[in-house]
Amino acid sequence: MINQYQKPARYALSKIELKMEVNERIKEMFEHRNPDKHILKFEPGLNEDVVRNISKNKNEPEWMLNFRLKAFEVYKQKPVPQWGADLSRLDTEKITYFAIPDAKHNSKSWDDVPEDIKNTFKRLGIPEAEQKYLAGVGGQYDSINIYHKLKQELEKKGIIFEDMDVALQKYPELVKEYFMTKCIPITLHKYVALHGAVWSGGTFIYVPENVKLEQPLQAYFRMNTESFGQFEHTLIIVEKNAEVSYIEGCSSPKYNSSSLHAGCVELYVKEGARLRYSSAENWSNNTYNLNTKRAIVEKNGTIEWITANLGSKVSMVYPCSILKGENARADHLSIGYAGKNQEQDIGAKVYHLAPNTTSIVKSKSISKDGGIARYRGLLHVNKNAVNSKSKVQCDALMLDNISKSDTIPVIEIKQDKSSIAHEATVGKISDEQIFYLMSRGLTEEQATQMIVNGFIEPIVKELPIEYALELNRLIELEIEGSLG
Amino acid sequence: MSLIIKDLHVNVEGVEIVKGVDLEVKDDEIVALMGPNGSGKSSLANVILGNPKYTVVKGEILYKEKNILELKPHERAKLGLFLSFQYPQEISGVTVFNFLRTAYNSLNGKKISVLDFKRLLEEKMNLLKMDKNFMNRYLNEGFSGGEKKRAEILQLAVLNPSLAILDETDSGIDIDSLKIVANGINNLKDKKSMLLITHYNRILQYIKPNRVYIMINGRIVDEGGYKLADEIEENGYKKYL
Repeated sequence: MINQYQKPARYALSKIELKMEVNERIKEMFEHRNPDKHILKFEPGLNEDVVRNISKNKNEPEWMLNFRLKAFEVYKQKPVPQWGADLSRLDTEKITYFAIPDAKHNSKSWDDVPEDIKNTFKRLGIPEAEQKYLAGVGGQYDSINIYHKLKQELEKKGIIFEDMDVALQKYPELVKEYFMTKCIPITLHKYVALHGAVWSGGTFIYVPENVKLEQPLQAYFRMNTESFGQFEHTLIIVEKNAEVSYIEGCSSPKYNSSSLHAGCVELYVKEGARLRYSSAENWSNNTYNLNTKRAIVEKNGTIEWITANLGSKVSMVYPCSILKGENARADHLSIGYAGKNQEQDIGAKVYHLAPNTTSIVKSKSISKDGGIARYRGLLHVNKNAVNSKSKVQCDALMLDNISKSDTIPVIEIKQDKSSIAHEATVGKISDEQIFYLMSRGLTEEQATQMIVNGFIEPIVKELPIEYALELNRLIELEIEGSLG
Repeated sequence: MSLIIKDLHVNVEGVEIVKGVDLEVKDDEIVALMGPNGSGKSSLANVILGNPKYTVVKGEILYKEKNILELKPHERAKLGLFLSFQYPQEISGVTVFNFLRTAYNSLNGKKISVLDFKRLLEEKMNLLKMDKNFMNRYLNEGFSGGEKKRAEILQLAVLNPSLAILDETDSGIDIDSLKIVANGINNLKDKKSMLLITHYNRILQYIKPNRVYIMINGRIVDEGGYKLADEIEENGYKKYL
C-alpha cells in the first residue's frame, strides 16, 4: 500500500511544532466545551414529532420525510442487539436529537464562523491542515455543518463535496438513488433505522469518471452539547477509474451523562475506482459509538479502510466491504484502544461475492486498566467467489492483568477454490523487553510506550502525519494515566 | 570509579545460581569472565544491570562508589553501565534510529536534533561496516545472529557508557562478523572499562584482557592474567570441574 500522505522533507522537520499542536488538539478535544448557544435545540427524547420537525426544519422534500418516518417505524420494531457490547445503560429518551448552533450554515470562510466555534476547530488543527494539504474541508458542529469548502479548481473538474443536507437539496436524484438504498438499508439493524429517522449533516462526495484527487478531503464532526446524539451521514460515490482519499475526525468534550453517535458511512467504489477512507474517532468516554460503515466495491475497484477507535464508553463499529465485482479488493486496517470503563467491540466484515476478490484485514487492539478490546469479524466467501484470497490478522496487546481481549471471527466459506488465512495473537509486554529497554536508559513508562507505539506502527504509518502523531500522543497520555 | 562486587549471592525462581562472587573491574581495565555454560556468568551480568527476574539475597554491587542494588535498570544505565545482551529482545515497529535516539536523549537528559543524531549514528555505523538502511529497520526484528550482535555494539558505540559488559558477543556469529565487531570494540575501548563474558577465548584473540576470572557453578574459582585464557584454550575447564 502506498502512503498517500508523504510530505516533502521540510514538512517532516517541523515535527516538534506538530507535536505542540497535537497536545493542544487533544486538550481541546476532551476538555474544552463551548457555551451552549443554539438557535434551536430540541427537548430530549424521541417521537414522531421529533422526526417530522427535523425534516421540516431542513425544508426537505416529502420523500425524505416519508423515508424518515418509515425508518422510525423500523426503529421502534427492531430489538436492541443482545450480542456485542453492553447497551443496557444507553437511555435513548435522555438524548437530544437535534440542535442547531448559532452559526451560519456551510460558511465558505472561517471568518464567517462564530469566534468560539472557529477557535475550537482552529485548536483541532482543521483550518491549518486545510491550507497545508487538504483539497476540501467540512466541519460539523452538533447537527449542522458550519463550514464547507472545496478548492475551486476541483469544483471545475466536476467533483462534488457538500454537506449531506445541501446535497439533498442540490442533487436530489443522486441522493434518492444512493441514500440508504443498496448499501445500508434501514432494516439492517436498530441503530441504522434510528439514523435513517433522525440523520443530520455529514458529507456527500461525488467523484466523476477518471478524475483522480491527489489531496485528501476531510470532514470533522464535533459534538459540543451534553447528552447529545450525532447522526451525520457520509455518502461517497467514486465513479469508474476515479480516485479519492477521505479523512474523518471525530471528538467531543467530556460530560457526566451519556452521548450517542450513530453515524452512517456509505461508500460506492465503481469499476476500477479507488477510495481510501481514514477515520480517527476520539469520542469522550461517555459516548456510545454505534457507527455503521459499508462499502460496495465493483470490478477492479479498491477500498482501503484505515480506522482508529479511541475514546468512547462503548464502540460497536465493524466497517464492511462488499466485494461485488471481479478483482475487487478491500484493505481493512484498524486500531482500537480500550482503557478504564471502556468497551471496544470493533472489527471488520468482508463479503467476497465475485471471483478473484482479495481482502486483507489487520486489526490491532490495546487494552489497559480493565478495558475490554474485542475483535469481531465476519468473512464470507460465496460460491461465485472462485480464487478469492483473504488474510485476517488480529493482534491484541494487554498492558496489565485486569484488562480483557477477545477475538470472535466468523468465517463462512461456500467456495473451495479460495485461500483463507486467519491469525490471531494475544500478547502482553514481556518483562524481558521492558528490562532490555530500561537497561538502555528508558524509564519503565517510556519502555512501555515505545513497545505500544511499535505495536501500532504498521497502521499508524498509513495515517496522515497529524493524525499519526495525535494517535501516538493519545496513547502515551492513556499509558501515563493522565487522560483520566 | 570501578565496579566492585562483594560476596554476591543471587537466586532465580528460588534456586541459588550465583554463590558468593567477589569481582572487580577497575577504571579503563578490560576483564574477561570465562566459564562453561550454566556457570552463572550471564546471570551475573543481568544482576549488574538490575534484571528484576533475579533476586539478590546477599552481598553488594558498588559502582562509582555507589551501592547500585537499589537502583532501577535505567538509573544504572545513567550511571554509565551497559550490557550487550547475549539474546537481545526484538521490539517490533520501533526503528533502530528511534530507539537509539530516545535512549540517547534519556541518558544525556537533553534532546539531540534529528539531523545531529543521524550524523552521529552514521559515523558509528561506518565503524561497524553497517549499511545505512539498518537504522530504519525494526529493532532486532528479523536480524541474523551477526546483525544482532553488531546492533548491540552499535548501541554501545552511540550510548558511550563508562563500563560495558559484553555477554557472549562472540557466540553465534561468523568469523567475518566477529572481526568487525572486535575491531569496533577495540576502537571504542578508550576511557572505558569492559567486562567480557565468554565461553572460550575466541574474542580474546582480538581484544586482550588485562585480567581473567574463571567462574564455575556460581563461584569464581580462579583469577589471573591473560595467560589464564590461553591455558583454558588449551586445556578447557576440566581442571576446575
